[in-house]
Amino acid sequence: MELLLHIVILLPLVGALTLIFFNNEHIIKVFSLVLTTATFVLSLPLLLNFIPGEVNYLSVYGPMVPGIDVKYIVGLDGLSMLLFMLTTFFGPIVVLSGWSYIKDHIRGFYAMVMILQTGSLGVFATLDLFMFYIFFELTQIPMLFLIGIWGGENRIYATVKFFIYTLVGWLLMLVALIYVGTAAGNMLNDGVFTTDWRILTSPEFKLGLVEQTWLFVTFGFAFCIKIPIMPFHSWLPLAHTEAPTPGSVILAAISLKMGTYAVIRYLLPLFPNAAISFAPAIAILGVIGIIYGALVAMVQKDVKKLVAYSSISHMGFIVLGMFAYNTIAMQGAIIQMVNHGLATGALFLIIGMLYERRHTRAISDFGGLSSVVPVMAVMFMIATLASIGLPGLNGFVGEFLILLGSFNSEVLNSYWYVVFAATGVILAAVYMLWMFRRVMFGPVTHEENKNMKDLNFREIALLTPIMIFIVWIGIRPGDFLQYSEVQVEQYLQDQLDKAAEITAEAHYQELPGWASRFYDITPQVVEKINE
Amino acid sequence: MESTAELLFILPAIIVAIGGVLVMMIDAFSDDADKSYWTATAVLGLALIFSIRDMFIPGGTAFHDMMVYGGIAAYGGSVVLFGTFLCVLLSRDYLKAIGYHFGEMYSMILFATTGMVILVGANTLITLFLGIETMSVALYVLAGFIKKDKAGIEAALKYFLLGAFATGFLLYGIALLYGASGSIILTDIAATENQGVLFWMGVAMLFVGFFFKISAVPFHMWTPDVYQGAPTNITAYMATAAKAATIVAFILVLGRALYAVQSEWTTVLSTIAVITMILGNLIALVQDNIKRMLAYSSIAHVGYILVGLAAGTATAYSAVMYYIFAYTLMNVGAFGVVAYFEKQKGCDFTSVENYAGLGYKFPLLGVLMSIFMFSLIGVPPFAGFIGKYLVFSAAIAEGLTATVIVAALASVVAVYYYLRVVIYMYMHEAKESYNFVPPTLAFTVTLTIIAALILYFGIIPAGLIEVITNGVSSSTMLEANGISY
Repeated sequence: MELLLHIVILLPLVGALTLIFFNNEHIIKVFSLVLTTATFVLSLPLLLNFIPGEVNYLSVYGPMVPGIDVKYIVGLDGLSMLLFMLTTFFGPIVVLSGWSYIKDHIRGFYAMVMILQTGSLGVFATLDLFMFYIFFELTQIPMLFLIGIWGGENRIYATVKFFIYTLVGWLLMLVALIYVGTAAGNMLNDGVFTTDWRILTSPEFKLGLVEQTWLFVTFGFAFCIKIPIMPFHSWLPLAHTEAPTPGSVILAAISLKMGTYAVIRYLLPLFPNAAISFAPAIAILGVIGIIYGALVAMVQKDVKKLVAYSSISHMGFIVLGMFAYNTIAMQGAIIQMVNHGLATGALFLIIGMLYERRHTRAISDFGGLSSVVPVMAVMFMIATLASIGLPGLNGFVGEFLILLGSFNSEVLNSYWYVVFAATGVILAAVYMLWMFRRVMFGPVTHEENKNMKDLNFREIALLTPIMIFIVWIGIRPGDFLQYSEVQVEQYLQDQLDKAAEITAEAHYQELPGWASRFYDITPQVVEKINE
Repeated sequence: MESTAELLFILPAIIVAIGGVLVMMIDAFSDDADKSYWTATAVLGLALIFSIRDMFIPGGTAFHDMMVYGGIAAYGGSVVLFGTFLCVLLSRDYLKAIGYHFGEMYSMILFATTGMVILVGANTLITLFLGIETMSVALYVLAGFIKKDKAGIEAALKYFLLGAFATGFLLYGIALLYGASGSIILTDIAATENQGVLFWMGVAMLFVGFFFKISAVPFHMWTPDVYQGAPTNITAYMATAAKAATIVAFILVLGRALYAVQSEWTTVLSTIAVITMILGNLIALVQDNIKRMLAYSSIAHVGYILVGLAAGTATAYSAVMYYIFAYTLMNVGAFGVVAYFEKQKGCDFTSVENYAGLGYKFPLLGVLMSIFMFSLIGVPPFAGFIGKYLVFSAAIAEGLTATVIVAALASVVAVYYYLRVVIYMYMHEAKESYNFVPPTLAFTVTLTIIAALILYFGIIPAGLIEVITNGVSSSTMLEANGISY
């Protein structure tokens, strides 16, 4: 099984390199499809043999650099299993979605998609912060080219903004990462730099409160940009809109999840005190994101931009769920990552199909399509309703769990978050259904739309699996939640314990004034804890 | 008797020097510059083999403490020779195309290289001076090699005048240091007891000389003009081998003579590092000429290297040693590609905009150039990233966190101008269709090997770092004096 995990991670990369030997465009496409499908099929045993509550298929190689304890550690646990599967699942779908959409430089395109696949799988599977960084960067370069070469009119501006924006955060994070690794090495690893996740999250690794604050801000900044949280979101609508369909799908379904996944995997457990103290502020940003994304989505004239802004809104829910420090909310956040990937991925796919037929994305250019292309209309309908969060479909499960969990959250300790977040659900219904009505219902106003072809076999084949999962998660969420349930409970408890321990050890006299106020360590509180 | 055996330790330098004379003789009796080319290549290859062998022998001093051998001296020599070897390999096509393929160029390169190989083994201030001057004088000639090019002549003259000025500083510094310490041997200078004004003036002058040679801000003014005006293969040579050699010599001075007073110069170096990084990157941002852009980028890279030097630990020196190797590979590669395109259309073909659409026209060169650019940016899995990471982590371990944050932000700025090349190559349509002569096999293979090495040392740096770490601990006096790692 350990070997299988390595194969699944590296197979797409090997495939990308093998593409050099092919020249025929059709063979390149078929080969890419076969390879990504094989990756998905090979990853199924990993899911079926998964034991919740522990790290499965753990294997360690290294150290890679002498004197620095950076190891190639891979393994899957409850936090990463579903996202790992989501990535392999989207592999063949992405390849199929570019089948007729991508016309130039086909070999380069599929090579980029597959390198991105390996990078994403590595991001989710690795348990070493440094390797995580490397795999993350491995996803950035292909995305740069995907948007820049095969994108829309404004693609160069979009791709440069995307790349530099992300890199600003992540290069600063690299500095913080080195600091954490050095600190962990001095504390627990005989002075040898280490970024092993198991060491970093162990109860013995305790960073001081002042250090935690700065590190949390630096790491948080990088992840905020990637998620994106308001006000660091401005690269996203641009990148999403300008990217070619397969690029948008990867961005929405997989890339954005790296930010939220990184928060769960590294940000919260590494700096528990800072995370708890910052939680209300970040939850507020999350809620602002929910409402802001929804309001801006409402006034969009471009379908793709509308979905892009709805992404900001949905990612806000995940942020709220993560910082509620509550098992139910966290579970909701994890399942919502999958849900958002499925629903938004499907929406981008369908918009891509519309664009291929009409070469426009303006809502006003459509109208009355449901009578012309009924199959597409049904698919679009399911994806739209899933995105809104209709009970019975997957979106509802995630959002409901997040709202429920946040309502009872002790860290946030206020129901106002939920009150405002819930309006996001209503607004989602408004902008999504309004958009759907204008695109699909009413009379056919444009001559060109009358002869629009309905979905062909390939398009139905690539959308159907997504629809199946949208309904499946909606009806039987337990099948999916079971992977993370045990671990999340333990994981949150560990963090609260660790945070309490660090607080108890902190000395009031040694802290600067702002820190003792921010972390509420005044002589009175310390006395109370000691008693 | 003893000295005869010691000659073996400077075998690479001897081979290169004899090779230089040999090439000059060949050139005198034959019109065919190819003969000089092949001789130079063979000589450099041979010297490189001996130099690499020396990396594994324990370090020590020879010729009554005049030279150090083994350790980082051998490593530095290998980097210099390898860089020169690659530059020479890439030179012939370029020089032939611009009509300046003469044997003199190779002999001058070999003489300059002799200076560099001596320089990386300098254990006295006089050896250091000899090395730097042998190197520089040959470089002044090389910079103005294209006689009919006004920019080239201007570059050479500027380089010569400012270089001579810097030499004055260097020599003055050496004199003052000798006066203060009574010795020219680096390890004896370390033992100076009364570090008065004389001593510190000497150190300051010496630093100025070094800053000039490695083009640190504010002593960088000559760099852009010279790099732009010189023939591109010589620019590659100056930017890599010459810089690498000077930095190794700088490390020898810091690690053998000034380690005891490290706390005094850390601030100076990190301040210079900060302004070098900021200025180099910001000005590179607005350059349209790719050679000038790479010149400013090389200034910025010196800034990152200075961060490592400022940290001043053995780990930091190892990091810098790795960095100069990665830097040599990336820059030789990048200038190689520039030289290829430039020779097609004359020396005006150096605007970044000229690269529009070339990525599709030359799929392999496009990929290689992208690898060099991404490695210069410093993203994994390329060698440039490991270099940056090692330097940063060594500096953070020494508490230079603020400097490293500036370095990280400066490298964000750098992303844009490197990326611009890639963007033009792949994301803009070619404006006009050029007829290019396809690159020769030797040229393509050389560049491919460079790119492969960048990838290899980016993914599996372990072996190299181990060699470097051993080298640094045997060549600097940090460990012997119980200074922390």
